[in-house]
Amino acid sequence: MTVMSKHTLSVLVENKPGVLARIAALFSRRGFNIDSLAVGPTEHPDISRMTIVVNVEDLPLEQVTKQLNKLVNVIKIVELDQTQAVQRELVLVKVRADAETRSQIVEIVQLFRAKTVDVSPDAVTIEATGSSDKLEAMLKMLEPYGIKELVQSGLVAIGRGARSITDRSLRALDRSA
Amino acid sequence: MTEHAATPRRGDHPAAHAPGPQTIETMTGAQSLIRSLEAVGADTVFGIPGGAILPAYDPLMDSQKVRHILVRHEQGAGHAATGYAQATGRVGVCMATSGPGATNLVTPIADAYMDSVPMVAITGQVSSKAIGTDAFQEADICGITMPITKHNFLVTDPAEIPRVIAEAFHIAATGRPGPVLVDVAKDALQATTTFRWPVETSLPGYRPVTKPHAKQIREAAKLLVNAKRPVLYVGGGVLKAQASAELRILAELTGAPVVTTLMAIGVFPDSHPQHLGMPGMHGSVPAVTALQKADLLFTLGARFDDRVTGKLDSFAPGAKVVHADIDPAEIGKNRPADVPIVGDAREVIADLIVAVQAEYDAGHKGDYSEWWTRLNEWKNTYPLGYEAAPAGELSPQQVIERIGQLVGPDAIYAAGVGQHQMWASQFIQFEKPATWLNSGGAGTMGYAVPAAMGAKAGMPDAQVWAIDGDGCFQMTNQELVTCALNNIPIKVAIINNGSLGMVRQWQTLFYNQRYSNTVLHSGPGHDGIEPPAQGTRIPDFVMLSEAMGCVGLRCERPEDLDAVIKQAMEINDRPVVIDFIVHQDAMVWPMVAAGTSNDEILFARGVRPDFGDDLD
Repeated sequence: MTVMSKHTLSVLVENKPGVLARIAALFSRRGFNIDSLAVGPTEHPDISRMTIVVNVEDLPLEQVTKQLNKLVNVIKIVELDQTQAVQRELVLVKVRADAETRSQIVEIVQLFRAKTVDVSPDAVTIEATGSSDKLEAMLKMLEPYGIKELVQSGLVAIGRGARSITDRSLRALDRSA
Repeated sequence: MTEHAATPRRGDHPAAHAPGPQTIETMTGAQSLIRSLEAVGADTVFGIPGGAILPAYDPLMDSQKVRHILVRHEQGAGHAATGYAQATGRVGVCMATSGPGATNLVTPIADAYMDSVPMVAITGQVSSKAIGTDAFQEADICGITMPITKHNFLVTDPAEIPRVIAEAFHIAATGRPGPVLVDVAKDALQATTTFRWPVETSLPGYRPVTKPHAKQIREAAKLLVNAKRPVLYVGGGVLKAQASAELRILAELTGAPVVTTLMAIGVFPDSHPQHLGMPGMHGSVPAVTALQKADLLFTLGARFDDRVTGKLDSFAPGAKVVHADIDPAEIGKNRPADVPIVGDAREVIADLIVAVQAEYDAGHKGDYSEWWTRLNEWKNTYPLGYEAAPAGELSPQQVIERIGQLVGPDAIYAAGVGQHQMWASQFIQFEKPATWLNSGGAGTMGYAVPAAMGAKAGMPDAQVWAIDGDGCFQMTNQELVTCALNNIPIKVAIINNGSLGMVRQWQTLFYNQRYSNTVLHSGPGHDGIEPPAQGTRIPDFVMLSEAMGCVGLRCERPEDLDAVIKQAMEINDRPVVIDFIVHQDAMVWPMVAAGTSNDEILFARGVRPDFGDDLD
């Protein structure tokens, strides 16, 4: 039986043009599916960090990481164990709201420790961060009021505790720079 | 490039290691490019100029160190660079302009990627301001070659040229070798810049592992001495690591049988009694069967390619697997490994020799005598062979076998792709590494002539033969003009059966002898007249070769065979082409049909060997 499961990979890459294309191309060429992908800068200006969520079996996961590691611009790959990492997504959602429903919606926003970032006579825009589960639960509560527009970020994640996955890589980069 | 600093290898570029004071000079980007190529030790570049790369060709004209060979088609430049690299062990270099020049390199780049050939392709790109505007002769060659290069670079800042060239050669040659493309914008070539050498490279994400893990080596040695039916399954990685001598020591120390894949031919002498031949779709019966019946696959620099394994889930069902490769992604990709070893094949084998010796010293020695009894039975019962051609006709296998016998094992042989390639792998006796060049992974028809040209350019004292098919030959023969004009006297043996023979063989076996579009020298019938069965001899290869400045010979009768080969061997001032008219129904045997188990190997049509399965 094939057991698919979600894995969160933190990938440190050189901050150079075309790196995202290389990674995306690798996934499509080797037939791996990306569930979510987020890219951004790190504390080091020459390094970007990608958080990639893949839904694969264990053996293909090993291939994914080995093939990624072969990309010259990839510096380091760490799989973040869900129990040992903080994982967050950001959602911005525009919900239909009139004078009658607005207060109910604001109550939901408070329950989920979300924020109301924009209000107009017939809509409110809500910003929420959290785990996928939390965001899903919030959206379910908001759905009856009418979701006009929704945008969601890829997942970003960081390991718990004092250790940093960038420490050693940064030293490697300094040495070669 | 420090991992083998102590013992320089055949392919090392001496200049790249030479210490000395730093050079800092002001010059154009184009001059900087050529100076960088000189500094990394590139001595030969195959290419064609064009608009975007034009600035680079001006200083190239003055270079005393870099010989540029003007080819007739960029594909020829790419395969020539591959042939040069495979024959010399050094990085092969090709150059082309932007757009169509660059896209014509795509096939040889993909070919080099599949066969892990160290190659640097340099392409011109439109000016940086024009990139992305669909400018004249613009193609996103970095995007196009992303999945078929080990790495590629787009250079728009002329100051980066020396560093990028140094990095490109380093990446191409180290770890698992492969092609690297450097795309340089025209304005970067034209601009004034500073050339600095040596340069610091910056590759924080590139750290190939060459030193194997000691514990894994010990585990592998233990498995080997405890095995009853081991096979050393040797791939192209051993050839690239130049570990031929080490392999022989390990093989003779252990007494284990050896099979060499298509990419490894020559790394272990064909004449060695422990050599069982090539495994795979057209491998020898003893080689294929030894892998099937083995209890240990001792895999060195091979990658369990589908042409070797046949149907994967029935491949070597009873075998444990030791898998040593420099590319960690190859280990466990197709077949799980019991003992994975990441490292350079030469270091791996050297360490294994010590570890196996230690096992022997501790009183553990493998006993493979029963295994050899069975292996020898298969070797004796199912030797490679072929059916004689109809009376008076040449058999293609005989032609190739005779070339091998008369020319000998010191020559370099390059093959195209198809039946003639398989026959060359089977019937030429290879004794030395880097004497067999072919397109293994990609199966690129048309590889032979330009690859032979590249090999001869890199090894001018070696006799270089292209064993080509008439189909392949018509794809790239124009490079014979390059050979004739540049004093690159290769020999080409066209195994002319008038058809796309391998495809025809499959039509014979699997498509009810319906020969759809595989007869080459004949058009469709018209006006109710059947086309001539044996073709028309269009083109006339002798005349074609003469027109290209070569000596053209033809051989149609078995009694002329030796004389014509000897005649070709005598001519060294020009390329020689021999058109061998061979009988068209010859087939490559043994064969494992695509998608079937290696247990279903056929020794000849309809003949399945008796493996003594009841003994298992």
